[in-house]
Parts: sequence; C-alpha cells; structure tokens
Amino acid sequence: MATDLKSLKSNLVVDARGTACPGPLLAAKKAIGEIESGEIMEILSADEGTKNDIPRWCEKVGHEYLGFFDEDSFSRLFLIKE
Amino acid sequence: MEATQEITIQELQVQIDALKKKVGKLEKNRKDQLSMAVVSGDMDKILATMIISLAAAAMDTQVKLFFSFWSLSALRDPKKTPKGKDFISKMFGMMLPRGKNKLALSNMNMAGMGPMMIKMLMKKKNVMSLDEMFKQAGELGIEITICEMSMDLMGFKKEEFIDYPNLRFAGAGTFVADASESSIQMFI
Repeated sequence: MATDLKSLKSNLVVDARGTACPGPLLAAKKAIGEIESGEIMEILSADEGTKNDIPRWCEKVGHEYLGFFDEDSFSRLFLIKE
Repeated sequence: MEATQEITIQELQVQIDALKKKVGKLEKNRKDQLSMAVVSGDMDKILATMIISLAAAAMDTQVKLFFSFWSLSALRDPKKTPKGKDFISKMFGMMLPRGKNKLALSNMNMAGMGPMMIKMLMKKKNVMSLDEMFKQAGELGIEITICEMSMDLMGFKKEEFIDYPNLRFAGAGTFVADASESSIQMFI
C-alpha cells in the first residue's frame, strides 16, 4: 500500500503543515471544492490527530480515503473525491 | 390458505407504511446539526467550543451556538463603547473581560500569566488564535445566537458585540428548538 501511495499522482496538494488541529481538516474541506469527482487530493499535515480525523471525515462525507505515509516531519494523506 | 397469506401481506404493508412514516419523522428530527449552549466565559472552554465547532463545520455539520451568561464576554468588541448604560451595567462592563482576548483560564490563571503562556504556546504549536477561529467560524456559516435575557441581565448592549456574519439575538426557546432537531447537543 505504502509503495502504491508513493507513486500516486495527485490532482491537488494541500499543504496544511502550518496549522494544528482542526486546521488541516478545515484546509481539506476548503480545498475539496477545487477538484472534480474521482480526482485525487493529497494533504500534507504535521498534526498527528489529522491521521485519524481525515479518514473519519471521508467516511462521513463519502470520499474514498486511500491512506497515508510519513515523511521526516509530516505525513502525506490521500483521498479520492466522491 | 391463500386468503390468510394475502392478509399477512396486507398487514405487512400497513406495518411498513407505519414504519416509513416513523423513520421519516425521525430523520427530520435528527438533523446533521450540532447545538451548543455556551455558558462559561473561561478561555479554555471558549477554545474548546470553537475547535469542536470548526471541526464539525469542516465535516459538513450545521453548527448553532447559543451564548449565554459569562460567555457573552467572549463576544464583546473591545473597540466598541456603547453609551447610555446605567451605573450597575457600567460596573459589570468594567469588571467583565472585554472580549475573547481578555478571558481568564478556569485553571492555572495565575493573575493572567496562564492565558499569556497558553497564547504563546498556541502560537508556537501553530494552533489558530481565537480571533482566527471566529473569523473561520463566520466564513463556514457557524451561527451564533446571543441570549437576550442574559444580555439584559448583565447590562450589555447589542452595539458592543463583535461584527459577526451570523449573529442573532433570541431566547432559550430558540436553543431548545435548535437542540431538539440536532443530532449532537452540548452544554459548556
């Protein structure tokens, strides 16, 4: 799974590394309108809680959460817009 | 034999119709909505209120906040000084915090040292400031209702509250009505 994610081409990268909870979630919600259904969004977050929050958000709103992988000081989270 | 089976299906249909009606009613009563009664004017509790509200709004949940009693201090605009207050109202106005940046902590306040330290830490750890949270809340359509009765009781005037896009004034009945159709209700 992790290797799959690393080769994934995102349609939009949202850099939310500068905000703590609930900043990345807000950034994701605001940015999701910029892509079309079926496109991939990537969220960069340095907030640990976001790794749990984004999948729950996807589950509630209907996007498909693909997973995350860690970089040195942050994580990359991936999802497909509903 | 056939006749009895027909009756059973008919009975089932009646039961299904009744259930459908009930489910429809339940769905209408349990909106994807968060109602919070915010009574505390402590900085930590206002922070919690705003963080939960923003997270809910980000998850497409409609948010309705009902501010009453001590929490009204958080909605004061320090730049606004309304005229025509009586003596007691003026006293209250002087003794209560002038806005969200003057709130005390419920614990470890240490004569204002605590809030200062928390604000420093929040900045360092990239947590949004209360000012930023209210700005975001306004943009996300989070509704704030001011309890008219506590406003009168504490001698506040409508003119001294912050400029907020979805600010309204109402009574406890409005909170109860909002809360009764919300799937999440909280009291802080």
